[in-house]
Amino acid sequence: MIALSYVWWLAALVLGAAAVIDLRARRWANALFWALIAIVFAAGDAILAADKAGNRLPTQLAGAAVVLMALLAGSGLLKRAPAGDGDVAARTASAQRLGHQLFVPALMIPLVTTVLFLAAPYLVAGDWRLFPAGNATVPALALGCCIAVAFALSITRSRPAQALRESSRLLDQLGWAVVLPMLLAALGGVFEATGVGNAVAALIGQLIATDSRLACTIAYGVGMIVFTVIMGNGFAAFPVMTGGIGLPLLIRQHGADPAVVGALGMLTGYCGTLLTPMAANFNIVPAVLLELRDPYGVIRSQALTALLLAATNITLMYFLAFR
Amino acid sequence: MNYWPLLGVAAVVAGFAARLNPMLVVVAAGFVSGFAAGLPLADQLALLGKSFVATRAPLLIVLTLPVVGLLEHAGLREHAQRWIAGLYYMSLSLLLICYMALRQILGALGLTSIGGHAQTVRPLIAPMAEAAARKTAPGLDELQRERVRALAAATDNVGLFFGEDIFIAFGAVLLIQTFYTANGIHLEPLSIALWAIPTAIAAFLIHALRIVVFQYGLKRSAEPRA
Repeated sequence: MIALSYVWWLAALVLGAAAVIDLRARRWANALFWALIAIVFAAGDAILAADKAGNRLPTQLAGAAVVLMALLAGSGLLKRAPAGDGDVAARTASAQRLGHQLFVPALMIPLVTTVLFLAAPYLVAGDWRLFPAGNATVPALALGCCIAVAFALSITRSRPAQALRESSRLLDQLGWAVVLPMLLAALGGVFEATGVGNAVAALIGQLIATDSRLACTIAYGVGMIVFTVIMGNGFAAFPVMTGGIGLPLLIRQHGADPAVVGALGMLTGYCGTLLTPMAANFNIVPAVLLELRDPYGVIRSQALTALLLAATNITLMYFLAFR
Repeated sequence: MNYWPLLGVAAVVAGFAARLNPMLVVVAAGFVSGFAAGLPLADQLALLGKSFVATRAPLLIVLTLPVVGLLEHAGLREHAQRWIAGLYYMSLSLLLICYMALRQILGALGLTSIGGHAQTVRPLIAPMAEAAARKTAPGLDELQRERVRALAAATDNVGLFFGEDIFIAFGAVLLIQTFYTANGIHLEPLSIALWAIPTAIAAFLIHALRIVVFQYGLKRSAEPRA
């Protein structure tokens, strides 16, 4: 069986390889950064198990590792690899030789993952099953990626080590930005545990009539937008707003469908992402890349779409969640 | 009710406004809110570590990097650019609407890193959009050129945001599932991803309409004034 822990180890392998390659290239800060995440990934299940058993030292060490990673990112010591890998002529020649074949491994990741996920209930033999019951998505993605990388290696005639060198190059290009979604999700967890969600919910509870479905739906939608604008990311807003309004009011009190509330709540948050300079990599960086004189040019261009879509989303949520 | 933990939210706003590194801001905000709630440092480190380890799913994108890196090295971008540039008959609205549709469909299949502001918009979509806009308004002025480029970037964002949520292994879907599991509600990712489809269609229609209106505005501005 492909257990979830194998998938975390596979990710740790990719991250660990980046650490080794950076170590050899004497990019010390990058090597330390990727090594820390690789360790957290590989030891994750053991950390959570120890925490459950009452030993808090491993989780405290993981917390200290996160602080160290933030300090590394904030210190500017992380070197960002230049975009592209130089040899344009070789790539163009390779592109002409391989042609549409290049699309095949790229398309294999989603297609194989989806097929494996849908076939998961049939991939059983007695007590043995390929994927853990009820949790097939992540192992299917991992297996899909392995099959696609094997195919990509065969058409490009590369060695497996080349694949890890390429992923290391991409990780150094993305830098700490690749970890930010995970950290924002963790911040959402911290905010929830320290009662920020409850405080927001209490404030909103004083402002709206909680026995009205419509008022709760609008408050949840607008709350997602406002919180996403503040945090720059729907991932951080989701646990706070859903913990504060979505779960207690919409789902528990009014019986809304949690799948609808979750999906449309997150997407309403995305409308906020289109409106905020805090989401720098989507709204500010492209203005720089495209040499716009107005740093908010991209936000201005998408603001009307965001507002119309937010109104549509809240309407959809109201009618779909209470079917 | 203790409202002091809301200071953590204020720390996020202040940190971003001061343009500090987002990683630093996020960790600092966690500590501000932790101290405001009266938690000792040891508890806060444990809480941060536990929350971080429990939300590993969004980082599973690293599993796709070896494939994407190998293909890029073998000229995937060059091939895609040459292939799309061959379709020279496009108008601005057709180009951007097709790009948005492609971005949404690829995003729904989990292929979000195929496009992007650095990879496709700057080298490919923005220059093509300017060329296409010149077919409608030959005397494109500097302000209009900027608005065309900004629209190309906005189209990329809309296509990306409202396509990727349909992919069952995408971080947001897994985050929603993880959140509900922690609160005792068990959902399959597919049942969450399905509800992203109505919004994906609405986003496509609204933004496509805005692109058509933009091109109509260009056409009006190019007509000789009476």
